[in-house]
Amino acid sequence: MKTIEQKGMYQKFPRSGKDTRVTHYCAGCGHGIVNKLVAECCAEMGLQDRTIFVDPVGCGVFTYYYWDAAHISAAHGRASAAATGVCRARPDAVTIAYQGDGDLGAIGFNNAFQAASRGEKFGCIFINNSLYGMTGGQMAPTTLEGEKTTTTPFGRDPALTGHPLHVCEVFSQLQAPVYIARVSVADTKRILQCKAAIKRLFEIQRDRKGYALLEILAPCPTNFGMNPLKAAEFCKNEMEAEFPLGVFRDTEKTGVGEAAIPKPQAPSAILAVKPVPQFATCAELFGVPDGVDAPPAENDPSVPERRFKFAGYGGQGILSLGICVAEAARLQRRHTLWFPSYGPEQRGGSASCSVVVSGTPIGSPTVEHPDVLVCMNQPSYERFVGDVKKGGIVIVDASVPIMKQPPEGVKLHQVPAIKMAEDFGVPKAANTMMLAALRAFKATGLDDEHLETALCASFKKKPQLIEKNRDLLHRAEAALKQP
Amino acid sequence: MSEEGTGVVAHPEIEEDSCKGCGRCVAACPRKCLELKVTLNKMGIKPVGYTGTGCIGCGMCFYNCPEPYAIKVVKP
Ligand code: SF4
Ligand code: SF4
Ligand code: SF4
Repeated sequence: MKTIEQKGMYQKFPRSGKDTRVTHYCAGCGHGIVNKLVAECCAEMGLQDRTIFVDPVGCGVFTYYYWDAAHISAAHGRASAAATGVCRARPDAVTIAYQGDGDLGAIGFNNAFQAASRGEKFGCIFINNSLYGMTGGQMAPTTLEGEKTTTTPFGRDPALTGHPLHVCEVFSQLQAPVYIARVSVADTKRILQCKAAIKRLFEIQRDRKGYALLEILAPCPTNFGMNPLKAAEFCKNEMEAEFPLGVFRDTEKTGVGEAAIPKPQAPSAILAVKPVPQFATCAELFGVPDGVDAPPAENDPSVPERRFKFAGYGGQGILSLGICVAEAARLQRRHTLWFPSYGPEQRGGSASCSVVVSGTPIGSPTVEHPDVLVCMNQPSYERFVGDVKKGGIVIVDASVPIMKQPPEGVKLHQVPAIKMAEDFGVPKAANTMMLAALRAFKATGLDDEHLETALCASFKKKPQLIEKNRDLLHRAEAALKQP
Repeated sequence: MSEEGTGVVAHPEIEEDSCKGCGRCVAACPRKCLELKVTLNKMGIKPVGYTGTGCIGCGMCFYNCPEPYAIKVVKP
């Protein structure tokens, strides 16, 4: 005796706390038919323990109540982005994103398209029912010309709202996807084709062959305003006329679709892909001083969080000044984060970075209200001075005219860093002067010794400058400490 | 249809309270042996019923049904 029955789903769907095993889908909904096939294929292929589904927002949102496998729920339109993370973090897993046409075709189109273009190793099941279902039947990019929806009550007018979006055809312009197909669940024959296609999608992911997209035309009786059988007819007749079924590409099996895409010539030497260097640490990645070994940070709740902002022109050594302070904090076994700001004005304009130093783990590297602000030019002073916390310190180059006073309770120090550096014959060392000022005014809460070691380490690649800067640091500090 | 020896006759098994009465299975059955009932299930819906004869165990009702547990097919 054999039974044809549901596989791969939970026995109960306790969605509303009830002892129920009825889905939340409307009667005759295409999602239900697809959900059953997906669960069945996953189970028949023995992949339940390896599969991570990335669930959408939309009518398909509750698949985690049904499919007996692992799930992650993504924000609206972000299933392909989340699936990218999942398939990269878990190369052993079979990653399947499930998205509707509002989710993938509109809000999340770029996420999905770029993931396909990158050839991420996941399979995307894309339900096309020609409209936004859950939110009440609004027009989606896939809505047919002339189709009535709640936002196109007189039928979609291409002159006003454009033409239906052919997702498979658009994705077929990409180099990376290995499988692209469109199927339907409008009748028995189509449902069986759909099952075979879902199997293929799983197969490709099981073997980690690459990105696969399966578009499934599905009826939405509720928002079509039709009974389930009429809706299935509409899906078969009207939707297929706009969205023809077929395998657009199955690189492995048939090579179909490949020829349509011009293959790039062999890359020239300038464009040749070089292996990505492996950086052992962030310090190395950012070219930050290393070679000074320090044990990992220690938790010390008695050390409050201190937030720094360094700002000036690009080229004034602002970013390395921040790195010096962060490095000194690291040497002192504090938790620390350094965070450069790459605003639109980065090139040839302002540069700034944030540093957070704390005795306990740090939540965010961004600094909105610094305890210590170091500014090397007027625009950055004016931009940030108002943000400094009460009790904080502002150190500003003496060349900056003070047109704006710091908030009450904030101490302002004007330091002739640029001039001092010039007087010492090392105009580039204005940032070292500022470090001297930080030491002189005890602004960092860090040991002088560590600040000095960090400064020296920053010249690791130019060892001839180490002694010079150390000397400058001491002379500047002595000068600043003069009453 | 029964297979010699097993005594099992192909037939659909319907879980009435999981059926939404959409009629997809009725339309899909090649033997026209399913029909919507006149009585109501727990949800207040007229569920599908088996006429009692004619099933060949093809499973088309199961595949057309959007509900995982509304209908299954037993065959020899
Ligand atoms: S609104 Fe449409 S897509 Fe959503 S569950 Fe109902 S029939 Fe399915
Ligand atoms: S198994 Fe086939 S013949 Fe039997 S009830 Fe279902 S659709 Fe009809
Ligand atoms: S058994 Fe399934 S397909 Fe048939 S009427 Fe009920 S819900 Fe619809």
